[in-house]
Amino acid sequence: MTTTQTVLDRVTRVPGVRGALVIAATDGLVVAEQLMDGVDGQAAAALTGSLVGRLVRTAEGAAMRPPAFIHLRGDGGSVLAALGPDDLVLVAVVGPDANLGLARLEMLDAASRLA
Amino acid sequence: MTDDIRGLTARLADEPGSLAFLELAEALRRRGQLEAAHKVARGGLARYPGLADAHDLMARILSDQGDLAGAFDAWASALQLDPMRTSALKGVGFLYFRAGESAAAMEHLQRALEVDPDDVSIRQAIARLGPARPDPPAGVADATPAPATPPPAVTPAADSPAEATPEEPAASGPFDAVDGGERGLLLVDASGLRLGGRLADAPGDPAGDRVAAQLAGVSREAARATRLLGLGAWHTIALESPDGHVVLTPASAETVLVAAREASLPMGRVTLLAERAARSARAWLEEQS
Repeated sequence: MTTTQTVLDRVTRVPGVRGALVIAATDGLVVAEQLMDGVDGQAAAALTGSLVGRLVRTAEGAAMRPPAFIHLRGDGGSVLAALGPDDLVLVAVVGPDANLGLARLEMLDAASRLA
Repeated sequence: MTDDIRGLTARLADEPGSLAFLELAEALRRRGQLEAAHKVARGGLARYPGLADAHDLMARILSDQGDLAGAFDAWASALQLDPMRTSALKGVGFLYFRAGESAAAMEHLQRALEVDPDDVSIRQAIARLGPARPDPPAGVADATPAPATPPPAVTPAADSPAEATPEEPAASGPFDAVDGGERGLLLVDASGLRLGGRLADAPGDPAGDRVAAQLAGVSREAARATRLLGLGAWHTIALESPDGHVVLTPASAETVLVAAREASLPMGRVTLLAERAARSARAWLEEQS
């Protein structure tokens, strides 16, 4: 099992996680994915890549270092993004009852292992 | 060497990754030490290529050195990163004016005025330029001698960090009902304009307008993302940086509330603060309409 697959496996084991992807932030393309049916990986990658880019620039505008973790919360669940090295971002789409605290910790740890 | 420059040089030597290069290069530029200013700004740009301030600073230095093409490129880079940066819009307008392209100069000044209608210097520059005239045919502009002195109001140096208009608290603002006042809170409209609140970066310089400009259209983008992923309407975006926690939440259909606090404050508390501030902003927006 590759490092990327191990990372995705760890994240998708967290209760409530519907799927996880590794994306390239700059172009919003999927590098690897592990998704439940009904989750559109390409849309998740493109939309999250764009949002991450904007929020990185926002942090720069406030003279902050780039964010390590981003959480977009909606009525019916959330998109979580942990920024890794080399422009890679670990993304998870989670349901409304997901254990967000555990997902965050797993993702921060797992993102640091991406290469 | 003045104490000011000595102090900034020492600070930059102690913390090479800090933003002290902005102040140091600007101080050197003002003293006419353009080579030194260029060197400091170049080092800072290498470290912060995504910082619009750094490109803006480099443009001012290059302009002072007479490298107008280089200055134009640097201001264009600043505008790419921050399309509503009035200093860069004024700078580009100034360069077009120098080249005799008054229509293009006017266009940039008008855009700057839209971003900051209270900036008297932009109004003065527009008044000096007069009604927009068609640009001369190609080739004529190059042959036209540049004005000996550009309108002082649009001199790029007039918008240096040291002279930037501070983000003063409004007499009656959207966060009057929030404990702790408007520090670290921003209300941003869909165009990326700051409606109220204040945000300062680590050195304490106003950062609200820069942050607001990056957030133009963020509400639409977040709404699109949650809708396409079947997550319903968006509630919050939380951003964890080693330097701070930031929460965005919609205050109305057209505005976004930003709450920023130091990283030591748990994200849950920043979210609560953002929700309180959004309620206050909503009430204020209703009063205004």
